[in-house]
Amino acid sequence: MTTNKEKIAFMSLPMAELLLRAPFIGEFFDTLGLDLPLGEVSPEEYFTLLDGELLEDLGLERDSLTERFTAFMGLLENLKSGTGEPRIESITIQGGHDKSGRPENFNLTVRPGEVICIVGPTGSGKSRFLADIEWIAQGDTPTGRRVLINNNPPEAAQRFAIDHKLVAQLSQNMNFVMDLTVEEFITMHAESRMVEDVATVTATIIDLANDLAGEKFTPQTPVTALSGGQSRALMIADTSCLSSSPIVLIDEIENAGIDRKRAVHTLVDKRKIVLMATHDPILALMGDRRLVFKNGGISAIIVTSDAERANLTLFEEMDAKLSAVRNALRNGERIGNTA
Amino acid sequence: MKLITVAGPPSSGKTCVTLKAIAALQQEGVQVGVVKFDSLSTQDQALYEKQGLAVTTGLSGNLCPDHFFVSNANDCLAWGLARGFDLLVIESAGLCNRCAPHIQGVQAVCVIDNLSGVDTPKKIGPMLKMADLVVITKGDIVSQAEREVFAYRVRQVNANAVIIQVNGLTGQGGHELGKLLLGAPETTNLEGSLLRFSMPAALCSYCLGQRKIGSDFQMGNVKKMVFG
Repeated sequence: MTTNKEKIAFMSLPMAELLLRAPFIGEFFDTLGLDLPLGEVSPEEYFTLLDGELLEDLGLERDSLTERFTAFMGLLENLKSGTGEPRIESITIQGGHDKSGRPENFNLTVRPGEVICIVGPTGSGKSRFLADIEWIAQGDTPTGRRVLINNNPPEAAQRFAIDHKLVAQLSQNMNFVMDLTVEEFITMHAESRMVEDVATVTATIIDLANDLAGEKFTPQTPVTALSGGQSRALMIADTSCLSSSPIVLIDEIENAGIDRKRAVHTLVDKRKIVLMATHDPILALMGDRRLVFKNGGISAIIVTSDAERANLTLFEEMDAKLSAVRNALRNGERIGNTA
Repeated sequence: MKLITVAGPPSSGKTCVTLKAIAALQQEGVQVGVVKFDSLSTQDQALYEKQGLAVTTGLSGNLCPDHFFVSNANDCLAWGLARGFDLLVIESAGLCNRCAPHIQGVQAVCVIDNLSGVDTPKKIGPMLKMADLVVITKGDIVSQAEREVFAYRVRQVNANAVIIQVNGLTGQGGHELGKLLLGAPETTNLEGSLLRFSMPAALCSYCLGQRKIGSDFQMGNVKKMVFG
């Protein structure tokens, strides 16, 4: 965090120097509708000299500008230093109770790189579980669960910090509502994360997404023209490289038309905790554990056994066979004898 | 009584989100009342009543809805106190982007939605920039990247607010929002309280019902555009 002394220091530094230190600082003025101060002017001088009528028009108060600027600088620093908070080594969820008040009796600790599957019918409490993690519940949600980060309850500020948001969700029914090309879109995200080399990161993400997607797309493809599979591939690549959230939830990835095993591996490689709502046998066997949801609570936690995993080869053969048939159909061929 | 002002662009989900948050509070036995401000007509009264809430609607008609709100704010508070609510929510009409009903010392909530696009946080004035609590809605229909960029842009214009994502349809996040609303300070009187920011000025011939266009008919507080 910025100390008081530093605060005063950057308020009186000339803009040119501040811009060298933090190129993104220009956005502060831009987002408030103010012109960028000239190089030799300090924020302090700039705020003092701003026209009162202009401020009135913009809905800004002069007195609040210093505070806003300081807060913005804090935000920049937080994002740049990778939050300055200790890294997340583990997330622990302590059971509460289901909808009927029956205790859940579990204590689940997950670590980066783990894959946890979530199974159970619609309405069995999967969303509530995620909401508990998002909120870092402290016995104050309908389930009574508690969530610990690195074995400790969170500090109040952590619960609402956007740069500490715990869960990134890659849901099925996701759309792009922006009319941008893939490249512009990823660039915009990278800029908001203030990464050092925006162009390289953007190119990496687009390559990775193309590896995952069945059909290729270019950096110039509009995001709105991507197929469902391409969109999912792009979001998986994007989330693995750019999202600060340690947990990634993906649901029903089996329907996405992408290389689902590689997609999961991509996230695991980036040390994400992967939560996967799936009933696909191959994906389920990739999971280290399965959380079974029933009546708003977790009724069991099944550790994937070696005996279960022994089926994997068989399932993969079956899957490859079905894929081959699918491809044959796509190419207008007849289905031969596959037995 | 705790008082809360809820503002946000039209159709951003103010009513839905408020209903979900209140539902969680009702389960805990909190007595909640609502005053809904709107311009022409509103079906929201029925929505609130369906949830068993005491609600009063204020229609501003041909007056500026925000000026109408301020003129009635203290009366809203008096109504809430007389009815013995624990918490009173004043939901404003969808306002022009320069306006805000937020009052100093009263918890201020701004509701905006992901669908409005990532440039929207920039375009909204004191309603967003001076809110204590920013509720972002419709996150379920946009991509994770857009959600992150949108929240970041909100953070850029209001670095100190608590930001929370709420789904107005499924209610995800509503319970948590309810908890945050309960943290509002007690308000017993608004006499002499200050708005967080002045409302846009308007006192010209058109305020008084003029319909004719032309320089001869413009009087009072008139501002002219500059063309390049």
